[in-house]
Amino acid sequence: MSRLTTLEKLEILSDAAKYDASCASSSTTLRNSRDGRGLGSTTGAGICHSYAPDGRCISLLKILLTNFCSFDCVFCINRSSSNVRRARFSVDEVVKLTLDFYRRNYIEGLFLSSGIIRSPDYTMAEIVRVAEALRLQHGFRGYIHLKLIPGASQDLIEQAGRFADRVSVNVELPSEATLARFAPEKSPVAIRSAMGGLRLKIDEAQEAREASRKAPVFAPAGQSTQMIVGADDATDGAILRRSALLYGSYGLKRVYYSAFSPIPDASRQLPVAAAPLMREHRLYQADWLTRFYGFETEEIIAPGEMLDLDVDPKLAWALRHRGRFPVDVNRADRESLLRVPGLGTRSVDRILASRRFRTLRLEDVGRLTRSLRVARHFLTAAGWSPGKGLDEPMLKARLTPRPQQLSLFA
Amino acid sequence: MIAVRLSGPADFAGWRSEARRLASEGVAPCDVAWRLGAEADDLFASGGAKAGLPDPAGGQLTVPRGFLELAETVICHSDAGRFTLLYRMLLRLQREPALLADKVDSDVARTEAMARSVRRDLHKMTAFVRFRAVAGAGREGPFVAWFEPEHFILERAASFFTERFATMCWSILTPQGSLHWDGALLRMGPPAHRSDIPDDDRMEDYWRTYYAGIFNPARLKVSAMKKEMPVRYWRNLPEAALIGPLIAGAGRRAEGMIMQPPTEPPERHLRARQRTEVAEDPATESFEGWRDAATAARDCHRCDLCRNATQTVFGEGPLDAPVIFVGEQPGDQEDLAGKPFVGPAGQMFDRALAEAGLDRRRAYVTNAVKHFKFSLRGKRRIHEKPNAGEIKACRFWLDLELRFIRPGLVVALGATALRALVGHAGSLAQARDRDLALDDGTPLLATVHPSFLLRVPDEAAKRREYARFVADLERVGARMPASRLDRAA
Repeated sequence: MSRLTTLEKLEILSDAAKYDASCASSSTTLRNSRDGRGLGSTTGAGICHSYAPDGRCISLLKILLTNFCSFDCVFCINRSSSNVRRARFSVDEVVKLTLDFYRRNYIEGLFLSSGIIRSPDYTMAEIVRVAEALRLQHGFRGYIHLKLIPGASQDLIEQAGRFADRVSVNVELPSEATLARFAPEKSPVAIRSAMGGLRLKIDEAQEAREASRKAPVFAPAGQSTQMIVGADDATDGAILRRSALLYGSYGLKRVYYSAFSPIPDASRQLPVAAAPLMREHRLYQADWLTRFYGFETEEIIAPGEMLDLDVDPKLAWALRHRGRFPVDVNRADRESLLRVPGLGTRSVDRILASRRFRTLRLEDVGRLTRSLRVARHFLTAAGWSPGKGLDEPMLKARLTPRPQQLSLFA
Repeated sequence: MIAVRLSGPADFAGWRSEARRLASEGVAPCDVAWRLGAEADDLFASGGAKAGLPDPAGGQLTVPRGFLELAETVICHSDAGRFTLLYRMLLRLQREPALLADKVDSDVARTEAMARSVRRDLHKMTAFVRFRAVAGAGREGPFVAWFEPEHFILERAASFFTERFATMCWSILTPQGSLHWDGALLRMGPPAHRSDIPDDDRMEDYWRTYYAGIFNPARLKVSAMKKEMPVRYWRNLPEAALIGPLIAGAGRRAEGMIMQPPTEPPERHLRARQRTEVAEDPATESFEGWRDAATAARDCHRCDLCRNATQTVFGEGPLDAPVIFVGEQPGDQEDLAGKPFVGPAGQMFDRALAEAGLDRRRAYVTNAVKHFKFSLRGKRRIHEKPNAGEIKACRFWLDLELRFIRPGLVVALGATALRALVGHAGSLAQARDRDLALDDGTPLLATVHPSFLLRVPDEAAKRREYARFVADLERVGARMPASRLDRAA
């Protein structure tokens, strides 16, 4: 095999990494290099330095250390039975690329993952070596997200958490039964116990940090996971229940949903067509409702159901519960206002602040939210009532955006 | 008309002192013409004349803290009306101190919208500045970037770059002016031209390669990209040249992936498969010893509890332990850690054991049910009692533990453990002070579960119950001297 240049490896190993949806660089400890040593800083919210035409943010250098992999997970472009081109970075190459990109302000940091080579411990140790070199040799203070390999030793996990801002273990598929079929080498129990162990370490480090600023950090930006949607027949109801369980059990910062999309040299066991991107979007919306809007998963969807692709889950809920509306913007409490389609958390806060000064009219509400077109059917304001419109059977159709092309293959 | 001169487009200090003076003189907002350094004077404007407005706050100007921050941001906006708007807000705040909370007010709404626009521009600058290494530069630079901000944000943006790139030498050039950092000092310079920066940087090839590689052609969402990375920034982004070709080729590439017939696995894969197939052990259900059982229990599907719990929490302790303690089921912490009795109840248990003179390291501890049973309330997992079916299903593992450890004494902690051990529900209160035995004759004692002690509400009762629990454990020590601390030491 001819030797690949770093540029050729970058081409192969960025292509191999793109199916991991996360690129977040937010909510870690605040750091800078004003002391004149090292390089880099972090901001609270994270920064997206670019966007690809797939609409995804590019915040981190997201690459694999290698796409050689001894596992044969059907849904993965890097499975051992695929004929995709293979490459492997040296630790130094990744370190240098990260620093070169960072110094030019292309990125916030590194998101490093890897195919499994030799053993979970060997692979994890290689990943840790990159992070260690960045932090200790080069004083790198930017963001680092490390993918953890289930089954790797506690000692390596400990080191990874010391150098990384965020760590993640992917559950891969919503259903563990399908995972067993599609990814025979992966152990669902190993994945769960890795997440359980991380939660204990993250909580413990956080408590210690609250007691003393000098206590060592462990993944201060927490842990996240990802599942592919549409590669198996799991319903949205099942997916959201799995997410609720993951959030509750492991205190995850985020569950990422990635609509299954065709991969080069795909296995014949996979569906041919892509899952609609709108499905992914609706799942994120529903996920958001449970985390920030006080909705329970049971309210949004029954176990065997799919989310409505035509309207967002909050509007769908409101249309099913028309008896709860209209809500009076001048009197309703925060919880009720959060349930009004078209009103986000920020709009609701602004409504609550402003109504101390005046009785809000519909045009006032229009200044506080961008979605008055939808919201007005579900609220009353001074001089405004939706009247019988709320009971109209055609309301859903009127509020549904005109059909548009959702994906190239829809 | 009073003409007031500011030293620059985002001269906050100048605006602040002038606004203060004007307000104390009672000048109305419409009577002030705000001018920047070099602009020609308004024909009718005069510097000194006093308009006849009463001083609104009797000379003492006060504003809420939030207003200064807001004004400092808004002053950077490119809208020529910002000075007047802010001055009007300043005067209104004297009469309406809570004004900023009234988001419907048109001045407040406009001020906030302008602040948002400035913050967005600042954020985009931190995102889209692209440094190029100057020819012959080392690792620390010098680097130069060209950027075209929408508002007058250059000075405000400086701290981001000096904090992040403190140890590099760099300049950021813009049509408004420039920033120069030498690793210690920040210097402001005159406006510059795009042609003042190097034509290329060899790392841009790497960056473009990365950009093309990370793009997924099977999920085109051009409008989402444009919303967050507006087209007006593109001309200064090295990767933007690829956007057109990537979009144009996306359909063909995605279709290619779908149309491509599946291929045969590579040689390497087939060789590896052969190796693992030989190496793999046939699964057996016969257990040679405790370790076999513990390993097999990890994949237990004997009841549904394995679906939501993290992992099987098998018993732990020396295999020649004189005594086995059996609890109910793992709790939240035990489930996450994969070890029995490590949570709050486990700590209570440890304390009581030590007080009773027993050595935890000499005891084998386990649970009647090996998976955590809970219901989800929002983000919390609430413990639920295992039912008869679950206890019965898990008895399989408990029997194996008893068989492999062969203890001289078994202690049931709580009613569930007692039920699992004797095979039927019974009263813990009645069993507690009696000498019981398992079917095979192994002596059995019963006491409460340590988590019960955590739930006793009243302090006096808690102390009493704790003492009784310790006394029960002392009986264990009396029956089984080998489990005592003094023995181990």
